[in-house]
Amino acid sequence: MSPTQWDFPVELCCRPMAFVTLTGLDVVYNAVHRAVWDAFCANRRADRVPISFKVLPGDHEYPKCRPKRTSYEWYIPKGILKTGWMNKHLNLVPALVVVFYELDWDEPQWKEKQSECATRVEIVRQSLQGRNTKVAVVLIQKKTPLPPGEDVTASERAAALCNACELSGKSLFVLPHTDHLVGYIIRLENAFYEHAQTYYYTEIRRVKSHKEFLNKTTHQLLFVRHQFKIAFFSELKQDTQNALKNYRTAYNLVHELRAHETNILEIKTMAGFINYKICRLCFQHNTPLDAIAQFRKHIDLCKKKIGSAELSFEHAAWMSKQFQAFGDLFDEAIKLGLTAIQTQNPGFYYQQAAYYAQERKQLAKSLCNHEASVTYPNPDPLETQTGVLDFYGQRSWRQGILSFDLSDPEKEKVGVLAIQLKERSVVHSEMIITLLSNAVAQFKKYKCPRMKSHLMVQMGEEYYYAKDYTKALKLLDYVMCDYRSEGWWTLLTSILTTALKCSYLMAQLKDYITYSLELLGRASTLKDDQKSRIEKNLINVLMNESPDPEPDCDVLAVKTAQKLWSDRISLAGSNVFTIGVQDFVPFVQCKAKFHAPSFHVDVPVRFDIYLKADCPHPIRFSKLCVSFNNQITSVDLVLGHETGRCVVLNWQGGGGDAASSQEALQASRSFKRRPRLPDNELHWDSIVIQASTMIISRVPNISVHLRHDPPALTNEMYCLVVTVESHEKTQIRDVKLTAGLKPGQDANLTQKTHMSLHGTELCDESYPALLTDIPVGDLHPGEKLEKMLYVRCGTVGSRMFLVYVSYLINTTIEDKEIVCKCHKDETVTIETVFPFDVAVKFVSTKFEHLERVYADIPFLLMTDLLSASPWALTIVSSELQLAPSMTPVDQLESQVDKVVLQTGESASECFCLRCPSVGNVEGGVATGHYIISWKRTSAMGNVPVISTVITLPHVIVENIPLHVNADLPSFGRVRESLPVKYHLQNKTNLVQDVEISVEPSDAFMFSGLKQIRLRILPGTEQEMLYNFYPLMAGYQQLPSLNVNLLRFPHFTNQLLRRFIPTSIFVKPQGRLVDDTSIAAA
Amino acid sequence: MAVCVAVIAKENYPLYIRSIPTENELKFHYMVHTSLDVVDEKISAMGKALVDQRELYLGLLYPTEDYKVYPSHQLCRYGYVTNSKVKFVMVVDSSNTALRDNEIRSMFRKLHNSYTDVMCNPFYNPGDRIHSRAFDSMVTSMMIQVC
Repeated sequence: MSPTQWDFPVELCCRPMAFVTLTGLDVVYNAVHRAVWDAFCANRRADRVPISFKVLPGDHEYPKCRPKRTSYEWYIPKGILKTGWMNKHLNLVPALVVVFYELDWDEPQWKEKQSECATRVEIVRQSLQGRNTKVAVVLIQKKTPLPPGEDVTASERAAALCNACELSGKSLFVLPHTDHLVGYIIRLENAFYEHAQTYYYTEIRRVKSHKEFLNKTTHQLLFVRHQFKIAFFSELKQDTQNALKNYRTAYNLVHELRAHETNILEIKTMAGFINYKICRLCFQHNTPLDAIAQFRKHIDLCKKKIGSAELSFEHAAWMSKQFQAFGDLFDEAIKLGLTAIQTQNPGFYYQQAAYYAQERKQLAKSLCNHEASVTYPNPDPLETQTGVLDFYGQRSWRQGILSFDLSDPEKEKVGVLAIQLKERSVVHSEMIITLLSNAVAQFKKYKCPRMKSHLMVQMGEEYYYAKDYTKALKLLDYVMCDYRSEGWWTLLTSILTTALKCSYLMAQLKDYITYSLELLGRASTLKDDQKSRIEKNLINVLMNESPDPEPDCDVLAVKTAQKLWSDRISLAGSNVFTIGVQDFVPFVQCKAKFHAPSFHVDVPVRFDIYLKADCPHPIRFSKLCVSFNNQITSVDLVLGHETGRCVVLNWQGGGGDAASSQEALQASRSFKRRPRLPDNELHWDSIVIQASTMIISRVPNISVHLRHDPPALTNEMYCLVVTVESHEKTQIRDVKLTAGLKPGQDANLTQKTHMSLHGTELCDESYPALLTDIPVGDLHPGEKLEKMLYVRCGTVGSRMFLVYVSYLINTTIEDKEIVCKCHKDETVTIETVFPFDVAVKFVSTKFEHLERVYADIPFLLMTDLLSASPWALTIVSSELQLAPSMTPVDQLESQVDKVVLQTGESASECFCLRCPSVGNVEGGVATGHYIISWKRTSAMGNVPVISTVITLPHVIVENIPLHVNADLPSFGRVRESLPVKYHLQNKTNLVQDVEISVEPSDAFMFSGLKQIRLRILPGTEQEMLYNFYPLMAGYQQLPSLNVNLLRFPHFTNQLLRRFIPTSIFVKPQGRLVDDTSIAAA
Repeated sequence: MAVCVAVIAKENYPLYIRSIPTENELKFHYMVHTSLDVVDEKISAMGKALVDQRELYLGLLYPTEDYKVYPSHQLCRYGYVTNSKVKFVMVVDSSNTALRDNEIRSMFRKLHNSYTDVMCNPFYNPGDRIHSRAFDSMVTSMMIQVC
């Protein structure tokens, strides 16, 4: 966009920098000069001093300085600020003119050169006549200078040169053209900067000095002008604090000016400029709140200063510009690091700017509606001699006239007319849209989605006014869903109405139909007469006719649209439109409902489709289609016929649109009692969409029985008999059985449970826990089938077993033969128990319990097998597998072969063993294993025998010093001699002193050594022979043998009693009956 | 004086909205709707902390006066949120009399009380638009009372 009269001048918006001109540089043909110039102007980063440089010829004419005024008494200012002033001090009048001159200190022709340099300086001075601009000389030298003070020629010649050029020593510089050019340049420009600051300082002083000559009645304008100039010079001096202070003063002074319709534009223009500067500096000083406060004050002061009513659109334009400029400043500050918030961001200012632009448009529309016969005045009152105004904000036809009375009302009228006619050609919509879209971008950034939508609606409406219906529709369509999803129906209806107009004017069939559908629906807040009109139009469109125009449309646009519509009719093309309704709220509602949440395969599935029309007049539909897979995937409802136009309304799933879920929620919350309706009618709210149903398999008609004898015994092949009986009316096919551990139980059970179909061999680890899909063939009606399954449980505990029978059957439903798959399952919990408990104990040969056994001395191992099974068990055999450390004393054959044990019965075995001396073993000596082979007594012959292995306990072996054993008959007889031989074995490596005595007993007489002391050599044996003579019959105490070992006092008689018998059965003296008894005697 | 009073459901759809003058109804609807941006933000900033001490009154929503929406009048939007996240938004014309904060608060409290009465009506289904003569007349009184 080209700048308009309302845009701020560039010189106001830029950052003022000290202006320095460089002369004597030939940047085109001289490479050295070019390099110097590049070093000045290229890569000016923020750390360089703020100077704007310009290369000018040495004889450049600077703007002439007007002669100094000695008195202001008769001076009457013609305006506040001249339009050229800012530019003059930014770009035309330098603070410093630098004369570059190539001259080395050892120049042979020094004199000539010196005077040439002086001449150049003089020429510059001439053209700056009357200005305070500083002049400086820079000598470009080929040689690197010596350190100061060392080069005597240099200092002499420098002094001479200064003298010749009338320069102070501070204004002469040397620029050696060496490697460090940029470094020298930076030092140079810092020095320039100081000179420039001094210049602006004196300028400020100069302007201030005028003040005392001013008086408040005639020089009000000058107060503002001077204050502005001081502030502006301060800015050039980079003294922003003072600049701000002075601008603030200037701002207050502007508002003290006497305002009248004739000068109000000038006052507002200047107020706007100064306000802009203040806000800009506040943002620069990082005091955004000050900027905002100033701006609000500015707006409050100015918004009522409308000025001429005939040109009130100018005020709106000015206001719009104020807001826009502030928005730009705010936005720029944010880009430099300021943080804005949701309720205070540039978006608001752009929004206000847009509102004023809209107001401008409306005012312009009402004020500039001249008839076509009114022509632009000639000569143009807006033309000036120079093409520009002398003062900011003045009228071109009365520049510099300060009188509040209109000297020439006719001229004024022509001028106003010219401005009004010019305003007609302004494209307002474009400006409004630009501002709105700026605001949209901001509100998007600061989390204001609704504000954003609102502004987008306005943008859409503005496009509509600008007759760009495509863009309007695009924007409106984009935001519609936001209002729809939040249920703001009033707003949605308003947007839809505009959208409908757009689609009508463009003859966009599908959009037109869609918006009509929604405007007729329940979300629309339109009155019934409007709805009737839209419905009528819709029906027309469906019949391939043109609709009536929408109300309040542009007449010309309607004409174009009517043409477009008639073209649409004649054009042959696709006239079928499919419209998905889930994203909007159409005037037909749909609810699909299955009768039941689930159906069996061989039963017809039933469902209802409910439709409800919300439009004011009846409407005819031509078709209804329902699509399925396992659920209703979509419902299509067709409006119109293929012959005309056809609209397919498509509901995904079982119906429902953008508003229906909230309605359903409200309906479900409601406790309202609905009035009774006739039987065939339903309340719409009470219908709940049920778009899916479960299709479940046909009810099986077979029986599955399980026969088994629980509990199962550990490790046995437990038999499960499955009986399947068909009750179907026809043959069933492909019967399959799945049986085994029900999945989903403890994982350890899976490891310890194994299934097999064969009971004749034992399962091992490789067998699965679940047998799947065992084919068992076909079954005729009433036929029965038995299948034996074997399960082996390795651990005790309860398990769930699953038996699942599936089959196929042909059935006829509604004259159609279908194959149904049916299944039936049974679950059973089986407990597994140990078949028997085994107890093992060690006893002495005298059947006395042993805590420990003695080396080399025989002992007995007794096993006790107690049946825990509720079923009779057969012990097939048992086996004792001895550890290497144990030796059997006699044969180890099983004593319980073929024994049948009922519940609670037990079977015991006894083995005589001996354990050689093994020294001291921690934890005892391993005994071996006891293996029992068994089966259920009831099991058939081919059922395998189960071997249960019992690990026998360890036993502690102890050495004893002396072992005594006795040889004596199994019984005695009264008055018959009973010979008893005691063997005493020394088990140690020592010679043993043994004291032996025999105590008398009442039941016996005896002969033999009654008391003796003897020695037994290591490893040898001593025999003691006694002859006992029983005197009484019965179980009699033997005369007790006492042994006393002198070396082993711990060897007690008590220990001894374990080895030797202490009593014997004595039979009474019998009669001699036969020879055998005689021989025995 | 209140120029627009609105009750907004938890789900942000309007339960009740009335404004004077009626010819600018649409603009007030937009004003109330856009105010929800700030209301939402304020509610989420409050968080779950300090439920008991929570302030229901949200204060001035937008600092700007609207110059254009309602020509030559300054409008302020205030917000209030109940514990069940029902929002009240009030647009107040402050061009003649600047209302003090506690006046606005008491207006909201009155509105809240009246809304509670509506909720207590066994025939009212929470979430439905409010059609209540008592509520209407209370709103009317607020719209006239101060002016």
